[in-house]
Amino acid sequence: MLKAHALTFAYPGGKTMSFPEIHCQKGEHWLLLGTSGSGKTTLLQLLAGLRTPMTGEVRIGDTVMTALSHAKLDKFRGQQIGIVFQQPHFIEALNVEENLVIAQGLAGRKIDRNKIRKLVERLGMSHKLKSKTQRLSQGEQQRVAIARALVNGPAVILADEPTSALDDQNTHEVIALLEEQAQLASATLLLVTHDARLKGYFPKQIVL
Amino acid sequence: MSLLQLAWKNLVNKPLAMMLSLVLFALGTGLIALLLLMQKQLQENFEKNLAGIDLVIGAKGSPLQLILSSMYHIDSPTGNISLKEARPFLNPTHPLIETAVPLSLGDSYGGYHIAGTTHEFLKLYRPQLSAGKLWEANMEVTIGATVAKAMELKIGDKFKSSHGFEEDVDVGHVDHLSFTVVGIFAPQGTVVDHLILTTNQSFWLVHGEVDHAHETDTTHESLTQHDHEAPLHSDSDTKSDDDSLEKEEHIQEGNSAALTDKSIPFSLLEEDESLDITSLLIKFKAHNYQALNMPRNINENTDMLAADPAMEINRLFSLMSTGERILTVLAWVITIVSGLSVFISLFSSLRDRRYELALMRVMGGGRSTLFLLIILEGLLLSGIGCLIGIALSHGAMQMLGSAMEESYRYNFTGMRFLKEEIWLIVGALVIGFIAAVIPAVQASRTDIAKTLTEG
Repeated sequence: MLKAHALTFAYPGGKTMSFPEIHCQKGEHWLLLGTSGSGKTTLLQLLAGLRTPMTGEVRIGDTVMTALSHAKLDKFRGQQIGIVFQQPHFIEALNVEENLVIAQGLAGRKIDRNKIRKLVERLGMSHKLKSKTQRLSQGEQQRVAIARALVNGPAVILADEPTSALDDQNTHEVIALLEEQAQLASATLLLVTHDARLKGYFPKQIVL
Repeated sequence: MSLLQLAWKNLVNKPLAMMLSLVLFALGTGLIALLLLMQKQLQENFEKNLAGIDLVIGAKGSPLQLILSSMYHIDSPTGNISLKEARPFLNPTHPLIETAVPLSLGDSYGGYHIAGTTHEFLKLYRPQLSAGKLWEANMEVTIGATVAKAMELKIGDKFKSSHGFEEDVDVGHVDHLSFTVVGIFAPQGTVVDHLILTTNQSFWLVHGEVDHAHETDTTHESLTQHDHEAPLHSDSDTKSDDDSLEKEEHIQEGNSAALTDKSIPFSLLEEDESLDITSLLIKFKAHNYQALNMPRNINENTDMLAADPAMEINRLFSLMSTGERILTVLAWVITIVSGLSVFISLFSSLRDRRYELALMRVMGGGRSTLFLLIILEGLLLSGIGCLIGIALSHGAMQMLGSAMEESYRYNFTGMRFLKEEIWLIVGALVIGFIAAVIPAVQASRTDIAKTLTEG
């Protein structure tokens, strides 16, 4: 489902990084562990098509992402990849619901408010549907970020240090939520972290 | 949620940031729109009232003043000319002149000018009657629509004129005869709306310059008598309308001479040469060499002044247009500065929003999406600013209109929209677009990965 083959990348003036082979089946949950500076975020960005690798290819399903044009890649990412970042960011001018609506719109999907309502309900955030995102607590924001990653029914969910800012309790909740939602959407989940607390949650691990 | 909605929400989310741009845009475009409206309506006013008049002949003085007083009724007359001098032009068999309209000016009622003239006047402006009939006898008036409305005059109403153009009762011709409204013109959008038309002879009657020279012996006697006796009828210093009515009734009953006040006026050709009129409006049969030479002949060989309205009005416009051009340039400078302000506010907003923009890319938005978003924000700012400006200018025009009506004898309105205003909106949008291009390019070049890594 999610495959990375012979990926290398170099920052301008930096030395070339090579990344391990990745091979995740549909619906599998993986943990990508690495210390700070090991290039985890770079790898995640390569997998999400946010950076172009020097060599190698990234494949999701039957699509070779590294071969897509810029515009097609943007649309493909919007539809097939849900990304949860370390710091949840939103479009400030919009409320929770509108942030999810715009995610559907930008990905070129039909606006489906019903789906959004169900999704938000599943995440226990129904009462905050019309709230501005900056009024939410950190934990609530992370839930909305997860909702946004899921709203287009992606094949792959990439999560970049989603728990680093959270305490143990919230960490547990967020991971459970991610696993549960990925399961429901039968999406492949790849979680990138240096957070050793998470080791116990995921049997399948890649170490950088 | 469309991009347009998102652009709108982004703007509304930071109202202070867009306030300056909006205010500047509204100011600039509002000023331009106001200038356009005023210029258009003034020009129309002047052009409509040209009414095919080729020449105005009056007393020596300023040609522009002669035109403004005799055609637009917004200035005092230059003086009077005697019938003796004017008579040749009134000759219906004059080889060059198609229409010659004698005007007697100088009196008013409630600030509205009374013009003594013949029915030839109607050939110039072609007003339609909305009620009653044309003035036919002396002291009968047919009034313009605006006069009727403003002074609440109806058919059969009587009033006394005042000397000069002020609404000052002290200089009213209280001792003199009353005018009777016999007709009202339909609104026409020309100076006729603001005029009270009567016979030239009525002026002489009001001013006591004539006892009516052409009356038969007996009526001559009695009229003179009546004019002298009139004040005796009333004990009070000022005569009310009732008094004058009484007087007229009394005279009508007792004396056929009363008819002289309301008699069919004689052609001016038959009147006493020593009597004065104010000016003549002339329309030529053809614009041939002789006709073109006529003003020079008059100016060189007579004590009268001949002025070409088209030429004088053009001169007036060129005088006004200098000031107008400066204002227009100023307005465009403000508009361009407001474009600059749009540029600055959009550009600086990119800094705060770069993560948002990167996020939009992550969610599937392409470079073109971000470009379009910023452009839309620029267009919204300039478009809304421009609409506010236009709305303000029409409001201002409506308010200024009534004040300007007094001095220009023309109904100004803020409810009229011009084709040029569409171009103004287009111009504002173009400025908004240009102002947004650089920020939009910048936004579309957002390095997603780098921005996201930096958090």
